[in-house]
Amino acid sequence: MRKFFLTAALSLGVVTAAPAMASEGGHIKRLDWPQDGIFGTYDRASLQRGLQVYQQVCASCHGLKRVAFRTLTDLGFTMDQVKKIAAEYEFEDGPDEEGEMFTRPGAPYDYFPSPFPNEKAAAAANGGAVPPDLSLIVKARRGREDYVYSILTGYEEAPDGFTVPEGGHYNSAFPGNVIAMPPPLSEDAVEYADGTPATVEQMAKDVVNFLSWAAEPKMEERKRIGLRVVIFLVILIGLLYGIYRRVWARVDH
Amino acid sequence: MAATNPDESKGEGVERRDFLTIATTAFAGVGIAGAAWPFIDQMNPSADVLALSSAEIDISGIPVGQEITATWRGKPIFIRHRTEEEIAKARADDNNPDLIDPETDAARVQRPEWLIVIGICTHLGCIPLRYQGDYGGWFCPCHGSHYDTAARIRKGPAPKNLYLPPYKFLSDTLIKIG
Amino acid sequence: MAFQTNSKIVKWIDRRLPIFSMMHHELYEYQVPKNLNWWYTFGSLAGIILMLQIITGVVLVMHYTPNTELAFDSVEKIMRDVNYGWLMRYMHANGASMFFIAVYIHIFRGLYYGSYKQPRELIWMIGLVILLLMMATAFMGYVLPWGQMSFWGATVITNLFSAFPVIGEALVTWLWGGFTVGNPTLNRFFSLHYLLPFVILGAVVVHLWALHTSGSNNPAGVEIKGKKDWIPFQPYYTAKDMLGFAVFALVFSIFIFYSPDFFGEPDNYIPANPLKTPPHIVPEWYFLPFYAILRAVPDKLGGVLLMFGAILVLFVIPWLDTSKVRSARFRPVYKWWFWVLVFDCLVLGYVGSQPPEGALILIGRLATAYYFLHFLVIMPLVGWFEKPLPVPASIHDAVLADKKAKESADA
Repeated sequence: MRKFFLTAALSLGVVTAAPAMASEGGHIKRLDWPQDGIFGTYDRASLQRGLQVYQQVCASCHGLKRVAFRTLTDLGFTMDQVKKIAAEYEFEDGPDEEGEMFTRPGAPYDYFPSPFPNEKAAAAANGGAVPPDLSLIVKARRGREDYVYSILTGYEEAPDGFTVPEGGHYNSAFPGNVIAMPPPLSEDAVEYADGTPATVEQMAKDVVNFLSWAAEPKMEERKRIGLRVVIFLVILIGLLYGIYRRVWARVDH
Repeated sequence: MAATNPDESKGEGVERRDFLTIATTAFAGVGIAGAAWPFIDQMNPSADVLALSSAEIDISGIPVGQEITATWRGKPIFIRHRTEEEIAKARADDNNPDLIDPETDAARVQRPEWLIVIGICTHLGCIPLRYQGDYGGWFCPCHGSHYDTAARIRKGPAPKNLYLPPYKFLSDTLIKIG
Repeated sequence: MAFQTNSKIVKWIDRRLPIFSMMHHELYEYQVPKNLNWWYTFGSLAGIILMLQIITGVVLVMHYTPNTELAFDSVEKIMRDVNYGWLMRYMHANGASMFFIAVYIHIFRGLYYGSYKQPRELIWMIGLVILLLMMATAFMGYVLPWGQMSFWGATVITNLFSAFPVIGEALVTWLWGGFTVGNPTLNRFFSLHYLLPFVILGAVVVHLWALHTSGSNNPAGVEIKGKKDWIPFQPYYTAKDMLGFAVFALVFSIFIFYSPDFFGEPDNYIPANPLKTPPHIVPEWYFLPFYAILRAVPDKLGGVLLMFGAILVLFVIPWLDTSKVRSARFRPVYKWWFWVLVFDCLVLGYVGSQPPEGALILIGRLATAYYFLHFLVIMPLVGWFEKPLPVPASIHDAVLADKKAKESADA
């Protein structure tokens, strides 16, 4: 019975996931991510590099408004390091005793500030295309990490006969192949503190790992508890099966 | 009962079933207790609420004899820059047998000129009014509790002195509450 | 055997409020056929899931804010900041799908074994009322996170009512409380989403009341005739249902902990934007067959009527089924048509999930046609012409025959 359900659930997964992937327009590269799978966890070093890429490259156009600095301890930072990271940003606060607004350095309880005050300003500054907030981008796109990675590394020469409209860029992964975002990553766009060579692929991987964490910060806790629950239930099923056999042995059925 | 139901008093079967039943019930009980915890813990303060559990306050702008109300965890915090007289008055009463909740002034402050208390009446949670009452401290309008210049309860229904928040001086002009 | 006790307290209570007698009656005196198979566990399973949904739902409401400006943020706060909030939300979201899986299996089981037939017509019809309430509840619940799919799903489904002539426009405006789906809509959906589960709970009580009046049907489709045919619920079906719950809990856990967004749509992690429709809107999977029926008709009103008709037709099948024999096990012709219906519903589900293009339009129409033909034509005709197999004289005989067949198959 259990086996039947497991197989059913898994095969259902395979059957429905496959056409869903194929229905998107662009070419999606498939990668193995450290957070994939039942035991997958985030790669802390990569998350920290990804934060650096976000801060130095993406943050000029994309917000990350659902992520609080305090949660950066998940990346392996100490609270003191988190305070330093937060303090690099300025926030308007107030009103003070005189009723005036004032600016103060960020604190762990603050959230990443968005680059534009509102959607209209974001559209105006970017030729009409609003750069989406990245807090949930990995969960909000079919293909998740693979999709975001493929977009970041999908900038190519347009094939012959393909005209890219004004203000657009050819991207092999984007549905329709024309994306408003200019290529964000270039070789050595950042200098990694840990000495990792900053290739486009490396930076894309790191920032995608970071955004995956940003979208699902409770993933590790979820899998950890899940493992305990599954082991518990398997034993419970065994015990209940024993009772069931015992009880029904007395019935002619 | 139906005829298909066998005699339930057959010795061996009952014994084994009982052991299995007890083991399973105990095991399931552990599971239910474990599963109940998330449903209970979700009502505890969430991470964003806990993140605001300390506040840093600049006290450089409070002249002697003045008081401000800051907030910490949503509660009012009275920060009074006490005058020499207020300190002297509070200390003079340290051993007064009338004290309802005896405590010395020195035990209630880290620096004598700064009295920092949670501004919630220990009776039923109203917020006392400053510079009022019979003892020069606070007066709670709800049920008439009088507090002195060390925020000790002197008269009225409140059982305790105003509570002290955890705080420390980061510098001469900056305190951290919580 | 009447209820007996030595406890004075229990006696005192029971004389004034006979809950102990009633429990005893339902557990030990109520006669349950002894041949119920595993398909019969899905009913009590659905009841358990309903309770789980209510509990997790009440918890989520402690943290959720029903306001278009705040709803999405409050859901993300639950996911990120509330202690175990992610667990509560994933349980509730996946629980809805589990509820529909259990109920759909429960319905097809009823169809196969003829559980809707005399004298159980009202049990069946109350069950259909529960299904309708579940659909309304699930739809409104899906709107609450206020993501793109929430918003556009609400827009599309409420617009169905604009198909009604004359009153359509006014009706939709009334549903919305405005001129588009907006804050008033979200608030009333939230109110009703909280209310309806308790209405479902009430309907479940009535469903069980009717069930315990006529008694359970069983795979043999013959009534209990003698002492050898039945067993009490406790300990037999408690042991069986408990095992069923545990297996269900395992499947449920695998979704919650390892694939929590399996039934969800990525677009619902994008906050609602009333000015931008996602490229393809699909309803939740449990609505897909109905969605396919809706789209099978090129006429707006016709599609809406047919979709509602797909459920309404189920209300009259106790009278459309002309067979003297209850269980499809002894109906050699109808048995096949039953599986054709199951396949047909799966096809409808697939068609509903795809954009309406090319051959899928035709397939959708054929599948829709079959769905109605099955109930309106095949059911009455097969009942008349089919020569059923000999039905066992009693449940006990059916059990013995099964045993013999199994032994000869093993040998």
